[in-house]
Amino acid sequence: MNKVFMSGNHAFAEAAIRAGCRSYFGYPITPQNELGEYMAEHLPKSGGVFVQSESETAAINMVIGAAAAGARVMTSSSSPGISLKQEGISFLAGFQLPAVIVNVMRGGPGLGNIAPAQGDYFQATRGGGHGDYRTPVFAPGSVQEVADLTRVAFDVADRYRTPVMILGDGMLGQMKEPVEFPDMLVDLPEKEWALRGRGEGASRYMASLILDVMEMERHNWELVRKYQAITKNETLYEGYMLDDAKIVAIAYGTTARIARAAIKRVRKEGVPAGLLRPITLWPFPKEPLQELARRIEDFVVFEMSTGQMVEDVLLSLEGRGRVAFHGRPGGVVPTPVEFSRILYREYQRQVKSEK
Amino acid sequence: MAKTKCRVVVRSEYCKGCNLCIAYCKKGVLAPSEGLNKAGYHYATPDDEKECTGCRVCVLVCPEVAIEVYGE
Amino acid sequence: MKLLNKWPSYYKKDVVTHYCPGCGHGIVHRIVAELLEEMDLGKRAVCVNPAGCAVLAYKYFDIDMIESAHGRGTAIATGVKRVKPELFVFTYQGDGDLSAIGTAETIHSANRGEHITVIFINNAVYGMTGGQMAPTTLLGQRTTTTLGGRNPKFDGYPLHITDMIAPLPGVIYAERTAINGPAGIQRTKKAIQAAFQVQVDGLGYSIVEVLSACPTNWKMTPEESFKWITEVMAKEYVPGVLTDKRGGPA
Repeated sequence: MNKVFMSGNHAFAEAAIRAGCRSYFGYPITPQNELGEYMAEHLPKSGGVFVQSESETAAINMVIGAAAAGARVMTSSSSPGISLKQEGISFLAGFQLPAVIVNVMRGGPGLGNIAPAQGDYFQATRGGGHGDYRTPVFAPGSVQEVADLTRVAFDVADRYRTPVMILGDGMLGQMKEPVEFPDMLVDLPEKEWALRGRGEGASRYMASLILDVMEMERHNWELVRKYQAITKNETLYEGYMLDDAKIVAIAYGTTARIARAAIKRVRKEGVPAGLLRPITLWPFPKEPLQELARRIEDFVVFEMSTGQMVEDVLLSLEGRGRVAFHGRPGGVVPTPVEFSRILYREYQRQVKSEK
Repeated sequence: MAKTKCRVVVRSEYCKGCNLCIAYCKKGVLAPSEGLNKAGYHYATPDDEKECTGCRVCVLVCPEVAIEVYGE
Repeated sequence: MKLLNKWPSYYKKDVVTHYCPGCGHGIVHRIVAELLEEMDLGKRAVCVNPAGCAVLAYKYFDIDMIESAHGRGTAIATGVKRVKPELFVFTYQGDGDLSAIGTAETIHSANRGEHITVIFINNAVYGMTGGQMAPTTLLGQRTTTTLGGRNPKFDGYPLHITDMIAPLPGVIYAERTAINGPAGIQRTKKAIQAAFQVQVDGLGYSIVEVLSACPTNWKMTPEESFKWITEVMAKEYVPGVLTDKRGGPA
């Protein structure tokens, strides 16, 4: 397929279909309605299943059913809806079932608004539901990356048998950009562990209830080994103008785009700024950041929230360097000028402190 | 030739002493055991003197699938 | 002499169930296992069991099963059946699971006419958690959360969920039966068979509500519980066919 001009919401859906996803269960919520609408139109054409459920809670449980039956399955929602799905996501983790959950974030808490925001970082990266689990979290920064990372998400979900989250935001979902899609994946391998009736063989059951505490502990540590493998193999990030940088911005998704524009501006004023962009929010790119901290003193974390990823930055740096934070919550989208002033000010502080 | 009697066998370790089979058996074939099974229940015990007709009401009402009825 | 009652092959033999003495679950489990064999459905069956007393049903049924979060059984069944329509999918749920926390899932899976069968065990209390009021607790019935007996001023009225969804066009067959003695048990088997057949014939959604004894939480003997179902519970929840659209729209 050659380049097309498509919104992030549509790209999530098209990319999922091309990744062999044949079942989608969702509920309307702005700013991601177009994703479900695209699935309603296109999924049945490729022999897939679309169900608009009565609630996000029902949707995530339909996802559990489809995943248990071995289908590639996606659901999507926005912040309040994702809160309703947390119980189901915890069950997916306990069942060790693959699924892709898209959160097109919006302002919050509460009903919030429908503008782009990044206030669900903690919920996404800390296992938002009950119990000891994590979910891989991908943060695309463009519509092209929405297409690419959706395929990666389905692959990671199947390989590790885990729910996977993709964090977009209202802007990424609504804006259109040129995007190219990989070819359609066909005849995906049957999942041997899936439920399909015992036939002549032994019956199987899927349960996340483990009453024996020793058995539950073994199950918890088994999940931890899985998360360690994901951390080792699936961490993704991108550097921008880091080689000669003296001050590094850290931002993901839409905010990283704004930071990139700000870096271009301040570079003209002699500020050697660079960007570290986490693409997986969990696992967080801790080693690359620690690597940078060997030669970089100053970090500025930009988020469209009151500061959540900044905690992972502080955890990773373990007290090294100086970390400034600049956040605009509530659906406010900051500007490159705004960020460049912060970068300029923080760099001046560095220059003064070296005198 | 008189219909030969049927026979009831109770898997005593599976019985929980709910006594439903005893209540619904029209021929009074079943009665609580003297002793207890491992779980501490008086389990249903067939009385061979009584005449079991093989109607299997006991099987119907048993929540534990603990009763077997033998006959022609 | 030969064995007159063959062991239902889709029921595990060497397991003592965790159900209380006289509990209706054990009887309904046997009925379901018998039907899975008689209707040759066991090989392609997937059962969604609830959170509640029957959460451990997968230790007893020898078919593919998946456990659901409390109340979400019909949503999970929807997901399974939609992606694998060739499977025989049924849920097994209690009154709290189906008509309290799972009300929306219950109503909307029925309204969508999902091709699933729902076995709804109505024992008028929350069993596993120790006998609290359920939506189906009768007026005046004592439970651990209606100590003076259910009082509509504070606790509302017994909910008739199956009657509420029976008129929905998507609901092809809905019947209520009672495990209150041999006749009721045999009627329950016929009702579940009819409901299973609706799915086998691809007609749509079917549900059987089964009034079932909970001696422990009712604080009665099993025999008294059967009598209570007949004389009290069945007056509020009257057994019978609630809808039968197998012949097509009336």
